[in-house]
Amino acid sequence: MTETPFLPLFILLTSLLASPILFALPESAARLRTGINLGVAALKVALVAWLGWKVSQGVIYDVSFTMLPGLEFKLQADPLAILFISLSAILWLITTVYSVGYLERGPHRARFFGFFSLCVAATVGIAMAGNLFTFLIFYELLTLATYPLVIHRGTAEALRAGRIYLIYTLAGGLVLLLGTLALWVLAGTTDFSPGGVLDQVVTENRLAAQMLFVVLVGAVGVKAALVPFHAWLPIAMVAPAPVSALLHAVAVVKAGAFGIMRVVYEVFGIETAQALGMTAPLAAMAAITILYGSLKAITQDDIKKRLAYSTVSQVSYITLGVALASPIAAIGALAHLIHQGLMKITMFMAAGNLAEGLGVKKVSQMDGVGRAMPGTMLAFSTAALAMIGLPPLAGFVSKWYLAQGGLDAGAGWVIALLLGSSLLNALYFLPMLHRAWFRDGKEQDGDAPAKQRIGWMLAAPPITTALMVLAVGGFANAPFSPLEWTRFVVAIEYQE
Amino acid sequence: MMIDPLTLSIFVPLFGAILTFVFPRVATVSALLAVLGTCGAVFVLALKILAAGEVLVPLGGWAPPLGITLRADGLSVAMLAMTALVGLLVSLGALESLRDLRQRQYFWPLWLLLLTGMNGVYLSTDLFNLYVMIEVIALGAVGLTVLSGTREAVRAGLEYMYASILGALLFLMGVGFIYLQIGRLDFAGLIAAEASGATSAALALMVVGLLLKTALFPLHFWLPAAHANATAPASALLSGLVVKAALYIFLRLSTYMPLPDETLVTLIGALGAGAVLWGGVQALRTERLKLLVAWSTVVQIGLIFIAFARAGQAGLTESWKAAAVLILAHGMAKAAMFLAAGRIKDEVGHDRIADLDKSEIRPTLAQFTFAIAAISLIGLPPSLGFIGKWSLMEGAMAAGYWHWVAVTMIGTLMSVAYFSRVFAGFLRFDRMRGELSEHKGWALADVAPLTLAAAAISLGLMAAPILSFIELGYPFGAAP
Repeated sequence: MTETPFLPLFILLTSLLASPILFALPESAARLRTGINLGVAALKVALVAWLGWKVSQGVIYDVSFTMLPGLEFKLQADPLAILFISLSAILWLITTVYSVGYLERGPHRARFFGFFSLCVAATVGIAMAGNLFTFLIFYELLTLATYPLVIHRGTAEALRAGRIYLIYTLAGGLVLLLGTLALWVLAGTTDFSPGGVLDQVVTENRLAAQMLFVVLVGAVGVKAALVPFHAWLPIAMVAPAPVSALLHAVAVVKAGAFGIMRVVYEVFGIETAQALGMTAPLAAMAAITILYGSLKAITQDDIKKRLAYSTVSQVSYITLGVALASPIAAIGALAHLIHQGLMKITMFMAAGNLAEGLGVKKVSQMDGVGRAMPGTMLAFSTAALAMIGLPPLAGFVSKWYLAQGGLDAGAGWVIALLLGSSLLNALYFLPMLHRAWFRDGKEQDGDAPAKQRIGWMLAAPPITTALMVLAVGGFANAPFSPLEWTRFVVAIEYQE
Repeated sequence: MMIDPLTLSIFVPLFGAILTFVFPRVATVSALLAVLGTCGAVFVLALKILAAGEVLVPLGGWAPPLGITLRADGLSVAMLAMTALVGLLVSLGALESLRDLRQRQYFWPLWLLLLTGMNGVYLSTDLFNLYVMIEVIALGAVGLTVLSGTREAVRAGLEYMYASILGALLFLMGVGFIYLQIGRLDFAGLIAAEASGATSAALALMVVGLLLKTALFPLHFWLPAAHANATAPASALLSGLVVKAALYIFLRLSTYMPLPDETLVTLIGALGAGAVLWGGVQALRTERLKLLVAWSTVVQIGLIFIAFARAGQAGLTESWKAAAVLILAHGMAKAAMFLAAGRIKDEVGHDRIADLDKSEIRPTLAQFTFAIAAISLIGLPPSLGFIGKWSLMEGAMAAGYWHWVAVTMIGTLMSVAYFSRVFAGFLRFDRMRGELSEHKGWALADVAPLTLAAAAISLGLMAAPILSFIELGYPFGAAP
């Protein structure tokens, strides 16, 4: 059943059109800007909910127009896309509230929210791209929209980080362009289709198909921060807290992980990728990244850097679940796309609150912060425990399915990997919690920054997302939970 | 007979040039009217092309080889339209930025003369006519270069003039050889003629002359200084439009007098690769914003020649499309970028890249325009520059010419590197000595470059209709 195709277009346009308006608003029009921001974000959540409902009823949306001979700009709303845009729409709304509170008196707000909006538009475009060509367009747009956010503070350090970020991501984008072109030349199509489009190429030229896999996965692997392409992520930590939250939970690294899914499932097809012998190296890469990120996280004293290395590690769970080539692991991977987003955004917003309210930016300064900011630290603790994998929290659900998938795929080492990773997670998160709750804060010296009230716009968002972490874990089997939707998606990708 | 749009698009700017020169008091108004009139003529012509594919007008009723015929097809009208659009917006942008009376007095006649020559090139069908037109262009272009009157501009203008005269002379010698050899100069006559050693020599002379005029590496020596030291509207016209005339003649000529062998096509591409790499290195090293933009023109010209050579001799029937798209994209984006750079220089007071971030004044809109134009020049989606780069790489890849793919990718990375030097100057705020001045809001002079840059980006979404338009009348497919 096909309907008028405008709904996906509206969802894209809400934030795309809001962006120039936000740019044009004068700095002083704070109320109007906040109104537009929140209004558009709320509208988008409503539209996405409606779209999700329609798609679950079996409606197929397809918007396309020809951009080059034979090549289309194509948006589609398949269940996998719904999964990702729901995440981005909901977390965008929450992050918008947080950003308004965070940047209330800062400079360049017009520019910030303009690019912020553009960034979400790009994420939505990535989610709904119906072929690799369209995906590429939004993938590059995402880079361009996030760069000004990363360097928002305008310091020398921020610009250095921005340059590294730009070089990594644009180089990745260029390789993706190369891969897209190669796919187009080899297969004559760039469409995403469950089961893949490359069967004929594989029989004719196996080596070319293998090289194509390396190029495409390597290109999106830059944004997914796969080792050895991860170095930009910890450096990009100089960005303001809401930007880090968005980058780590929804936008950039998720775009990479999502890209890996599209490439493996819908360009190659999981069976073809397996037959090419490419999934095992990818799984190995993911495993190395998981361990490496966790090990690096332990040694970081800067809170945001520790969280960043934790992201490097956690996002690769998604890649691992894809690469194991088992439907059960795939459920874990897709669920983790959502779960990791909720957990990580909570932690980044909490870290931002610590810096804003107490001036605490390092782990070694965290003594006693639990009593100073109980709400924020409760949220942080919930997310941290979930990340470690405490049942029945969100992280446990994804790890459970990943482990089952590992067994299903005959890869027993996955269990050891997950246990080891959980142990490492505990090693870098528990000391933070211990300091926060069980150590007394040092007596405030005269020169220490005084405690500031942070206001509800900063306090509420992490608590909200922490409650969502509890909900997606506790009610994982309820209808319309991320896990349930995930099963629906996997059934399609594995063509069951 | 005179009222057909082809003739009009040459004679309206010509009369405009005379009018603005004789009556400088009403120069601005009459110049704008002339440019608008040209736009109208081009629009009518575009409609005709859409209906008929090609339009031929024998001037005075004489058919070639005796008379002169004007011919328009999809490609030439696309070039005319780009020229008219860029010309109109640069004219609007020039309204505020021309400082003194002398500049205003000479800018308009020179620019309209230039427009006459450009339109003439796009519509000519014989070699001698082309020679006349490139001389007309050179007259206007050299004048525009020295218009600012600074010592550097005059020196650069002189160098430009020598290069230009030399290029035209080489071209004229080639034309003379052809005439001696086959007795005809119209394109139909060229196609009919048999290739011989003498015609090849003539072709070589003409091509070298054209390459000098379009500033392909290593014949680019005159370009950076000339384009960087002119006033902003003049730079926009010189970089966005003028170098395209010789490039266009080269593209046309390659059909009517095919390059005799594969090595030459590869050589042309190799020179393009040299331009991309050398221009990129220079853009990375230069200290001035406008010089950086000028070096980017050298790079882009090289890229267009790589597009021409992307699939070798056998691929020429398709490759010209990639080159044409890159020409159109560069015209708009570079004009926007030069206008924006001029605005930035005016507001900040200098154009030293390293000191841009020390300024308390940030012309936000001009900086934004510069960045958008850079997106098209780097070739990021969905801009028209991206479409051009996509077509280039697609053709090279399909033909198995991976070296062109590699050069293009390296060039893209270099362009990211040199443009991000400028972005750092825009976006860094911790080196200012005072407080950031309040954003001054919109300036009329920002509208023109912003429109051009936005067009360069958004026309990428219309690539399919543009590609089918430039094929109308079979510019390179069938004999005219």
